[in-house]
Amino acid sequence: MPQTPGSIGSSGARVEITRDEVAHLADLARIELSDAELDHLAPQLRVILESVASITGVAGDDVPHTSHAIGLTNVFRDDVVAPCLTAEEALSGAPAQEQQRFSVPRILGDEQ
Amino acid sequence: MTIAMTTAPATLMSFEDVLASYDPALGLEVHVELNTNTKMFCGCPAHFGGEPNTHVCPTCLGLPGAMPVVNAKAVESAIRIGLALNCEIAQWCRFARKNYFYPDMPKNFQTSQYDEPICFEGYLDVPVDTPDGQTQIFRVEIERAHMEEDTGKSLHIGGATGRIQGADYSLVDYNRAGIPLIEIVTKPILGAGALAPEVARAYVSQLRELIVALGVSEARMDQGNLRADVNLSLSPRGSGVLGTRTETKNVNSFRSVERAARYEMQRHAAVLDAGETILQETRHWHENTGVTTSGREKSDADDYRYFPEPDLVPVAPSREWVDQLRTTMPENPTARRARLQADWGFSDLEMRDTIGAGALALVEATIAEGAPPQAARKWWLSDLARRANDTGVDIADLGVSPAQVARVQQLVDDGSLNDKLARQVFEGMLAAEGEPDEIVAARGLAIVSDEGALSEAVDAAIAANPGVADKIRDGKHAAAGALIGAVMKQMRGQADAGRVRELILEKLG
Amino acid sequence: MSASTSTPVDWTRRTAAELADALAVGEVTSVELTQAHLDRIAAVDGDVHAFLHVDTDGALAAAAAADERRRGGEPRGRLDGVPIAVKDVLATRGLPTTCGSKILEGWVPPYDATVVARLRAAGLPLLGKTNMDEFAMGSSTEHSAYGPTHNPWDLDRIPGGSGGGSAAAVAAFEAPLAIGTDTGGSIRQPGAVTGTVGVKPTYGGVSRYGLVALANSLDQAGPVTRTVLDSALLHEVIGGHDPRDSTSIDEPLPALVDAARKGTDGDLSGLRVGVIAELSGKGYQAGVLARFSESLDLLRAAGAEVVEVSCPNFVHALAAYYLILPAEASSNLAKFDAMRYGLRVLPDGVESPSAEEVMRASRDAGFGDEVKRRIILGTYALSSGYYEAYYGTAQKVRTLISRDFEAAFAQVDVLVSPTAPTTAFKLGEKLDDPIAMYLNDLATIPANLAGVPGMSLPSGLADEDGLPAGFQILAPALADDRLYRVGAALEAALLAKWGGPLLDRVPELSRNERAPR
Repeated sequence: MPQTPGSIGSSGARVEITRDEVAHLADLARIELSDAELDHLAPQLRVILESVASITGVAGDDVPHTSHAIGLTNVFRDDVVAPCLTAEEALSGAPAQEQQRFSVPRILGDEQ
Repeated sequence: MTIAMTTAPATLMSFEDVLASYDPALGLEVHVELNTNTKMFCGCPAHFGGEPNTHVCPTCLGLPGAMPVVNAKAVESAIRIGLALNCEIAQWCRFARKNYFYPDMPKNFQTSQYDEPICFEGYLDVPVDTPDGQTQIFRVEIERAHMEEDTGKSLHIGGATGRIQGADYSLVDYNRAGIPLIEIVTKPILGAGALAPEVARAYVSQLRELIVALGVSEARMDQGNLRADVNLSLSPRGSGVLGTRTETKNVNSFRSVERAARYEMQRHAAVLDAGETILQETRHWHENTGVTTSGREKSDADDYRYFPEPDLVPVAPSREWVDQLRTTMPENPTARRARLQADWGFSDLEMRDTIGAGALALVEATIAEGAPPQAARKWWLSDLARRANDTGVDIADLGVSPAQVARVQQLVDDGSLNDKLARQVFEGMLAAEGEPDEIVAARGLAIVSDEGALSEAVDAAIAANPGVADKIRDGKHAAAGALIGAVMKQMRGQADAGRVRELILEKLG
Repeated sequence: MSASTSTPVDWTRRTAAELADALAVGEVTSVELTQAHLDRIAAVDGDVHAFLHVDTDGALAAAAAADERRRGGEPRGRLDGVPIAVKDVLATRGLPTTCGSKILEGWVPPYDATVVARLRAAGLPLLGKTNMDEFAMGSSTEHSAYGPTHNPWDLDRIPGGSGGGSAAAVAAFEAPLAIGTDTGGSIRQPGAVTGTVGVKPTYGGVSRYGLVALANSLDQAGPVTRTVLDSALLHEVIGGHDPRDSTSIDEPLPALVDAARKGTDGDLSGLRVGVIAELSGKGYQAGVLARFSESLDLLRAAGAEVVEVSCPNFVHALAAYYLILPAEASSNLAKFDAMRYGLRVLPDGVESPSAEEVMRASRDAGFGDEVKRRIILGTYALSSGYYEAYYGTAQKVRTLISRDFEAAFAQVDVLVSPTAPTTAFKLGEKLDDPIAMYLNDLATIPANLAGVPGMSLPSGLADEDGLPAGFQILAPALADDRLYRVGAALEAALLAKWGGPLLDRVPELSRNERAPR
């Protein structure tokens, strides 16, 4: 039975996404969200997720993933040097620079 | 995320006690920086260096809109490394994005491979010296080898140490960003027991030898072309239950690999025995103090949100290509060793020492440059090996090349240097004073071949030692040694001892 | 200056093909017609706000160079000297590129997107950069950080999105041609609601190098014009293989201009047209459906056989799209972190803030609500534990949608539907109802998920509001020429029916004078 077009199609599934979870996602995405933004976003995300959850179970295990519609493989480049930007061009958009390098605020985290 | 603010030494358990109670599980992750002409995904030069931010383009700088294109040569190198490690080569694999924020990473994701590595399920047979003087072959199983890109490099400004902690701000150069890396990951190495630190070292050493033989990387640990992370966990002896592991980074020499593994074994055991738990974290190895310190805590919050890189298409190496690359494999290391030993006429012990010092390829290259095998071995395994050991720098990274060693030997062979002077030349090379000939000239080391000066020195020695001279005149040639010593002393060693002896015997004969 | 018909020749009312002909015979210079469009922009863009940046000097210099080539007898191609507007999502060397976002305010790329490089190489003067929903996230251009674009048909209504600026510029005669990008309908839906023609080429048919990615596996740049032939002319300039884009198809483009010319004959005998059952019934505005069914009659009259085709998985397209897009976008937009370019905001009240704190503050200040919403959604969809359930499932649904297309194209040559379910809605009407906004893309999204080409062309004005409705044509991958043949045939029939271009009925625009509601 085709679903009604004109709706994303609600599965009726309850998707729990708490305010804390949104805060955690915002942290992963490096976005500072105010309390007001969190209050606003959490219910919106819940609605969207409940809507998109309608496709759960639509495709069986035997259905392969499509990451690209057009199935190309093995697109390579020869190992030949091409012109670079000048340092001036590279740094042209930098909010701050020093010693021909991008100046960034002190880094807290460790390298991964 | 926790940052270690102290480097206070941890409590350690004695190595013997560790082994009495625990079984170590090792894991090694080695990053190999390829020596391709260009970067992994763009045409910028891949050799590190150059003026800051001059080897960059929209792609490796992560500018909005720019796109990656895979370097064919990097894929070829990855496959060759995989074949040399007896790996399966994927029929089909993809690149994936590893998402995390860090200022030295232009896109805030690293283009890497996730669950579809290009090489998987291999092994490397590693010779390990046992305490009873035997060599045992240890099979290290390889889980995967995959392609990825390097990050930029930061200078940390302000603060006391120039290190990241306490810096006021940082300056980033993206020349290194995008240089191709192959990450080689072992399966957990179990059952090595007391030999675990030696196995770790021997694996990395053997891997480096292989990489050099393949010609795919400069593979210099001191330059960061080859970087090892040592993973370690302990399980109560015989339990088979793997403990929490730590990942020690920044281990920049073979010797450090061994020391870091040993240190972590001792530290883990002390922590566990105190009834505390091991934190799953990265640790930093400090070469000068020989300790590790706490780095970044690994936790569930580490969520890299991997997904297939949508700007790249799958890599599906044809079997024809893989078979063709199979024909470019360097000789099997065991067979190679047997061949070299026979060619050079080394004893088993000499061969073992050469390999143990990590000097096999260096000796081979020195011989290829024209030095006799025993001479090549002698130079590498004496002063150079000692220096490497004392400083914790790998012998290949001392800054002395096989060609230079061969040149020194040539100077000895043609009588310009004797062994004692040659040692001074090596001293000069280790002090970065230049090429052998430059050092000979600058330090005034050449043997005096001026017969007049030599003759005068011999005459002076005879005059100063009439008793010895008489003995020689009486046919006691063994007494000449004392006069030779006197002449050499006067000539500050810069004389050919054989010629001096000849002159003495001529004059007193 | 106004666009009144009392001036001897108003070059802004001509199609690109007509301008090319006029240039070719020396009837006009590129400088003259570029200036005419710059004047028109100056006159009406205060109301329409189609442009974020107008490059007067650059456009005139390029026009002068084009004229020089013409005089030397060496034009670079048919469109040499015909000016164009470019969506602000494509990198333009030396020209600001903001993607409609505050986070990129003032960024001037040191390189050209391949599409832009090809436009320059073909001699088209760049008039400027057009407005868009921030990072192309939206269907109304209301999510631009620089204020909305207004629909020339009714300035109180949206021009569609995300490429509302390009569509409005063309509909308001500010540019004869424009470039748009289409991730889920951002060329076609604005085309539908502004009465213009928009084409989303086959995925991989036009280089994405330099297109600031929204969803890499869905994005395609394409033409925005007033006629089908103009789209074909422009498509041939920007299309074709690019070694800088790994997903670019290494095959020659089909003969698009030829197909458009052939279509003008109006003979579609033997052509099989499939009406997508799932995209032409409930949920569509009556006037939109009326114009759609009239167009079907015209196709039948031209000799085409029209049948109904079912694509049962299309109902899942929107949900799959709203998982794939935010996931890819959340990763793409991570690079905007205030370290190398763009806005850097220091958090309030923090002494010596860290890089992490500056990133957070800058991204909070630099991104608008819709962008944040989708970044969070995408971060969630990619999180470990949810990946397979969300992103993985969506990628499977993509496979099902591709299979629906394959099955349908085994029966028919092209598929058709209304482009958008409604005509242009009022500014602000759906701004805080994301789901209602997302529904605009219901009919356009399947083509992006499957990578097939699609065109929207005007089908007339809806009876209830007098606003344009769009007719969508979809063809198999790499068969973009079919769009042009069928589109040109339908356009010819509609022009005959209307007695002239639909856009002739756009209300007169001038500063300080609002169009009647």
